[in-house]
Amino acid sequence: MALLEVRDLAVGFDTEDGRVRAVDGVSFDVDQGGALGIVGESGSGKSVTALTLLGLTRARNADITGSVAFAGRELLGAPERELRQVRGGEIGIVFQDPLSSLHPLKTVGAQLVEAHRAHRDVSRAAARERAAELLDLVGIRDARRRLDSYPHELSGGMRQRVMIAMAVINEPRLLIADEPTTALDVTVQAALLDLLRRLRRELGMALLLVSHDLAVVAQLCDEIAVMYAGRIVERGPTATLLEEPEHPYTWGLLGSIPRLDRPRARRLQPIPGRPPSAIDRPSGCAFHPRCPYARDEHRRRGPPLVPADPEADQGHQVACLLGRSARRALWAALRDGGDPEEAMRRAGLADAGEGRA
Amino acid sequence: MSEPLLSARNLAVELGGRRVVDGVDLYIREGETLGIVGESGCGKTTTARLLLRLLDPTAGAIRWRGRELVGLKRKELAPFRRETAMVFQDPYASLNPRKTVGAIIGAPLSIHADPPDRAARRRRVQELMEMVGLNPEHHNRMPHEFSGGERQRIGLARAIALRPRLLVADEPVSALDVSIQAQILNLLDDLRRELGLTLVLIAHDLAVVRHLCDRVAVMQEGRIVEAADADTLFTTPRHPHTRALLDAVPRLQRAGAQAG
Repeated sequence: MALLEVRDLAVGFDTEDGRVRAVDGVSFDVDQGGALGIVGESGSGKSVTALTLLGLTRARNADITGSVAFAGRELLGAPERELRQVRGGEIGIVFQDPLSSLHPLKTVGAQLVEAHRAHRDVSRAAARERAAELLDLVGIRDARRRLDSYPHELSGGMRQRVMIAMAVINEPRLLIADEPTTALDVTVQAALLDLLRRLRRELGMALLLVSHDLAVVAQLCDEIAVMYAGRIVERGPTATLLEEPEHPYTWGLLGSIPRLDRPRARRLQPIPGRPPSAIDRPSGCAFHPRCPYARDEHRRRGPPLVPADPEADQGHQVACLLGRSARRALWAALRDGGDPEEAMRRAGLADAGEGRA
Repeated sequence: MSEPLLSARNLAVELGGRRVVDGVDLYIREGETLGIVGESGCGKTTTARLLLRLLDPTAGAIRWRGRELVGLKRKELAPFRRETAMVFQDPYASLNPRKTVGAIIGAPLSIHADPPDRAARRRRVQELMEMVGLNPEHHNRMPHEFSGGERQRIGLARAIALRPRLLVADEPVSALDVSIQAQILNLLDDLRRELGLTLVLIAHDLAVVRHLCDRVAVMQEGRIVEAADADTLFTTPRHPHTRALLDAVPRLQRAGAQAG
């Protein structure tokens, strides 16, 4: 049994403009000590997925279905009191913006003590001791003195370290991090990624990392799930997903990213158009309006997430209606620097574009 | 070597008692793309604003096509203003929410009455919209009806309306989704080539800079610590800060794995 088992998770919000289908049937596992990255653009549903696991999207206008089993316990219907025990206890949380998650008028030490004592029956003095230990663990120098600092007295990177200290103070079995390094300078980001890697190893905790940045996720995660329009469109071991991706959206993401590790080269191959609205999702395969390879029937039929190669490793899954040989041929052409038209020619799919929306 | 299009010598500015820019020397040759990179607070945006004379330097000299700009009166700066333009990171904050997109893009044309005839200006606006990949029929729409990427296109259309020689783009893609970033980067590259623009790109993302720029200046604490042509800088960085920045960029590969 995996530590976290998410099945058919769907989250809808009723708004004045109609129903927002933020998450639309998502299933995944995070193993004990494992690390899964969820990658997607804005509106893909990646953050709503993470928040929903923690019961943080509950609202009168929210419709949440499916199942979220953590260490064998169902969290989706669990009472708020029980969830509060899990959050910050067995599951630690780090969000993008530490300033809005830290109390501006309380010292860092007071907040760490509070976080610890909410879950552990320890004296204030012992909790303070633990807080200092944690600040030290996340690489804050002069930790004991820093306990008396207020959040605004710290730099953005330091605040994020405090957030991480707070998230792991109770030695969670799972850390959920939503864009933990976005908006930070690249050197600060690198230090925080190192820290997360080290903490994972030292504390043996599992990680669910949500990010728009494929490279950040690749640094920390064994497995990556790519979300688009509320669904997982591809998932697999990190190396497979980066080197043998099979979904046209994943190809698009990879083709959109300027690379430092290759000679300055060719033109970027962006994905045309823009992500769809969560209210008015395209019919059939939600990616079809932006997919250069979509055929007519892809507008009517939605693809299930199935093993990329039914014969082989079940860990690589893809939701695409193109045949496997066509997908492999297309990627082979694209990775060599071809554009979609060239790729279609080389893959013998010259007519594929006819059904384009 | 002929005189650069724009050059700065010993440029400095103090803001709130702090030397934000502290002795910057740099030049931009006609037709080239210069990247200015560095972390937050390094002074890169302030340098750009100084170069465009949007901010008065405390010290230093700025020459534009051989002519000194520091000390010129507002009126004397008018030709320079016409030949330079800037686009910003947040395309929404920089667009007047109460004006139609056509009016926003056409504002520089109206101000300079260029072309003098209104109908011709409207045609020019539609032509500009087409150039940046917007549907010209949408000229009557309001900024909020456009996505982030489209708003950046609007900003670009306005910036190139008067056919500037120099365009300064300050973090033009950092607020955009990955797939949209690539569209805007390609568009910048196309416009640069089609219009023969000289481009200064301010960015924190080194991969973006490497992708677009011929030459790169790295800033730290208000100073340029290294400047070189892009290939040299990215393959053989000399300054420790440049190396630190490059080392920190997460690579698109499994940590510890070799590139495939």
